[in-house]
Amino acid sequence: MRRAVIAFTAFLGGLIFLFAGPASAAAEGEGLKGTLTHQGQPVNGAKIVVTTEDGQPVQELTTNAQGTWEVAVPKAGKYKVTLDASTLPPNLQPRGGQNVRTPQVFEGNVSTVLFPLEAKAAPGEAPAADPSEGALFRQAAQLAFEGLNLGLIIALAALGLSLIYGTTGLTNFAHGELVTLGAVVAFMFNTGIFGWSGMPLELAALLSLIVCGAFGYFQDRFFWGRLRKRGTGVIAMMIISIGVAILLRNMIQFFFGAQNESFSDYTAQAGMELGPITVAPKNLWAMGIELFVLIVVGVALLKTRLGKAARAVSDNPALAASSGIDVDRVIRIIWTLGAAIAALAGIMLGLSQSLKFTMGQDILLLIFAGVTLGGLGTAFGALVGSIVVGVFIQVSTLWVPPELKSVGALAILIIVLLVRPQGILGRRERIG
Amino acid sequence: MDWLTILTTTVHAAIGWEVVVYGLAAIGVNIHFGYTGLLNFGQAAFMAVAGYGLAVTIVVIGLPFWVGILVGLAGAVLLALLLGVPTLRLRADYLAIVTIAAAEIIRLIFRSVAFKETFGGSDGRRGFNNDFYEINPFPPGHYGIGPFGFNERTFWLLVVGWVTLAVCCAVVYLLMKSPWGRVLKAIREDEEAVRSLGKNVFSYKMQSLILGGVIGALGGFFYGLYNGSVQPDVFGTEMTFFAYTIVILGGAARVLGPVVGAMVFWVLFVFIGNFLSEAVRAGYITVITETQVGPIRYALVGLGFILLLVFRPQGIFGDKREIALDAR
Amino acid sequence: MPDNQTTTRKAAALAAFQGLEHEPGVAKPDAILTADNVVRRFGGLTAVDVGHVEIQRGSITALIGPNGAGKTTFFNQLTGFDTADAGSWSFNGKAMNGVPAHKVARSGMVRTFQLTKALSKLTVMENMRLGAQGQKGENFFRALIPGSWRGQEDEITKRAEELLVRFKLDAKSEDFAGSLSGGQRKLLEMARALMVNPELVMLDEPMAGVNPALTQSLLGHVKDLREQGMTVLFVEHDMDMVRDISDWVIVMAQGAIIAEGPPDSIMSDHRVIDAYLGAHHDAPLSEEELQQQLHEAEAALEAEAAEEEAAK
Repeated sequence: MRRAVIAFTAFLGGLIFLFAGPASAAAEGEGLKGTLTHQGQPVNGAKIVVTTEDGQPVQELTTNAQGTWEVAVPKAGKYKVTLDASTLPPNLQPRGGQNVRTPQVFEGNVSTVLFPLEAKAAPGEAPAADPSEGALFRQAAQLAFEGLNLGLIIALAALGLSLIYGTTGLTNFAHGELVTLGAVVAFMFNTGIFGWSGMPLELAALLSLIVCGAFGYFQDRFFWGRLRKRGTGVIAMMIISIGVAILLRNMIQFFFGAQNESFSDYTAQAGMELGPITVAPKNLWAMGIELFVLIVVGVALLKTRLGKAARAVSDNPALAASSGIDVDRVIRIIWTLGAAIAALAGIMLGLSQSLKFTMGQDILLLIFAGVTLGGLGTAFGALVGSIVVGVFIQVSTLWVPPELKSVGALAILIIVLLVRPQGILGRRERIG
Repeated sequence: MDWLTILTTTVHAAIGWEVVVYGLAAIGVNIHFGYTGLLNFGQAAFMAVAGYGLAVTIVVIGLPFWVGILVGLAGAVLLALLLGVPTLRLRADYLAIVTIAAAEIIRLIFRSVAFKETFGGSDGRRGFNNDFYEINPFPPGHYGIGPFGFNERTFWLLVVGWVTLAVCCAVVYLLMKSPWGRVLKAIREDEEAVRSLGKNVFSYKMQSLILGGVIGALGGFFYGLYNGSVQPDVFGTEMTFFAYTIVILGGAARVLGPVVGAMVFWVLFVFIGNFLSEAVRAGYITVITETQVGPIRYALVGLGFILLLVFRPQGIFGDKREIALDAR
Repeated sequence: MPDNQTTTRKAAALAAFQGLEHEPGVAKPDAILTADNVVRRFGGLTAVDVGHVEIQRGSITALIGPNGAGKTTFFNQLTGFDTADAGSWSFNGKAMNGVPAHKVARSGMVRTFQLTKALSKLTVMENMRLGAQGQKGENFFRALIPGSWRGQEDEITKRAEELLVRFKLDAKSEDFAGSLSGGQRKLLEMARALMVNPELVMLDEPMAGVNPALTQSLLGHVKDLREQGMTVLFVEHDMDMVRDISDWVIVMAQGAIIAEGPPDSIMSDHRVIDAYLGAHHDAPLSEEELQQQLHEAEAALEAEAAEEEAAK
């Protein structure tokens, strides 16, 4: 066992050392910073003006390709930050027309200043303050579409989580890090590592899936599988998975850094009109791929020998083993598959939003929400639950502030667990 | 290499404010997880509610310090009731997911723009600890031996903090020796059996949740009082998991386990961080930059946590026959 | 003297059943437990559907039936461990439907479990003490003042020691319950249930997984419960045991009670034979039973092995 753990950690180390990249230097002293995004897309080239409280100019600058900006200020105190609305893309405006902030900068701190943005009503239509029914419908349709995309991404990750839970009983808190890993590995291949120049995102994504699938395989082969053999309980394994999550997340941060990144391809893609909504073609492609993978995995679970074996194992491992199924092999394949589709979810998430070492951690609870909503351990339930969660999150921003949109989804998670712990599609367990 | 700095910061870490804050958080987790078997992954929320209760009462509403403390404690009890009433009937892993989700909800609300007027957004609240230091009986000066020591403010905080730790340990000792503690431990083993013997399992779990939450809340106060501020992102899931690491390090279901665990944890954490930083600065280690030291020590916490759970789940003091982890 | 008393108690119990009809739901002269129309469904499956049943006070009543007859599920309904979809039942004339499990136990109706629930990381003595009711030290605030509960704790310990001597577990009193063998755990569970001072003891398969050497002593303890004035209701598969100790037998099949009667004649009742043979009319009863017992023994052995593994 000791050997196994050492091998496992050595593997982790080896894997990530490959991708050692420069870490961003943290700012010294006081400052102001922020990120300008709209629906997960960075807003580039917007002008930000920083002055002291009494109007002395400090600095003027524009947001970069990641939508971020950062200003060093001479000393602690109150500052005035103005977003020049005319430099925003023509279809955007500051929410509620508020483009001035007066943040307090404390000693040794860098304060964050955010400007929430919203889509400008198209010319000729009623302004946002008086939304006509058409505009509201349009907005709802747009949000529902984005929610569907998010839901499919959550579903990919949830499918892996659900399969692993079903076959091994492990509630894997480190599943979010598999999502991050997929995105980060693809990013490394995409932008170039140790002297190699970058490769197209499609190829980088494919390589990332292979690397992450292998990582899943070895994780089970040298770690979880060994723990199962020792008879470690599922609760103990769940707690261990938290340690794995902390380890992986910080190793990713170590090599990737704490900043936001985007893939070098398809970053800013012009949207196209599609009925009432505007979509970037990359999102359509992404959704197509997500749906395709979900359907293929779903059909494989129902039709193939392996799928049937996997379902038999999740039903009753002892019985499956005694009827000649190699349980360990099935679980290992499930781990490989689960890690690979989690990685795909990460790549898709990176494509529609941006990459950060906490992206998986941030989405983990939404994955749990999707899985529990559909019923823990049922693959089809995970799919439906995730889509509901994704759509709900996006559409709810019609009424709740965007920074609280996850709150609604988490509240739903809690309510579902209370009212119907078996999920919408799960069956009530027989007791006794 | 500045060995003196490394040495003094390490010694300070062994008895410093972090041990008080995380020791209290871990005593709470130990009551929940070590003794009762409740997987509360939202301990940070109890600390956040207490810290913000204190801060908002004083800064926003303008009430006195003691009222702030009472509001914070009441907030922790209320949170325990809100979390407990619906969730204590759920399976262990469901309880874990619900508590972690609830803690995230609370953090997101504290940092949201919508409630910035009250909670101060992502900058949090500051300027509420003057009353605490005004009743400081120690005159200004240096308290300690040679390079080891604290100024009068920190010393005052540490005296109050360690007295609080001692009182909490005494309470846990008395409770766990009593029939009340016996019911808790029995629930950890098998709650159906306890129910069949005429004990109201739900009520005991709730008492455990409240007690552990309130002790964790005390940790939240000390965080706010030492730092002079509370920010939402401090009270993330990492804080809860540090508390779990500390509990398992010290030995689950051991009265002094959380305190010793916190001391060992912070000594290692501070020593490794400072040692690596100094080594990088002095040019002994060139592969990493100074900013990468942070993630390294967090990764080491994760690795240590895994190794501990796999090879010594009973921790430093634990009795292998009596731990809450295996066989579940 | 004890022998004399033994016969009296047994005779009294048998006398009560004298002349009763052998019909399901027959009225008893002095019922301690009465249940009416108890129904429990799992999805489309009706696990329990009991019309009417009464348990005679001071007797040992066996509840038997083929696998999946709903015996344990019925136990769970009566003791508040599962919620029935419909029905009412009363204990000592007090309505018990919807009453939570711990209150059922407090009112004097205590159960044990098919898979023993010894609290393995507590000592045998702590297991026993836990059973005592009305403990002052179980209140949070009193627990903080040891003086307020020490006296009562000593009395409880004394009572527990006496029971442990009776169940021959006194040598193990400071061992962790997890270190006991399967049979000893059954004994401990029974002794712990007695700490509650119950009027009705409900044993769910007390013999499952017990080493044959311990069977006789366990049987003796069950008989002893009646001698102490308690009522016993137990679920069992072992017909020898049923014949040996029970005063009255109730037979369940497919969730319903299909027959009642004294142990020596019940197995010749045609309804019981039909129920046990059921769809397997082609297979002889004995072989079917043999196989079933074999399976159960295997399962019990496995469970015991797993528990021992876990205890390590």
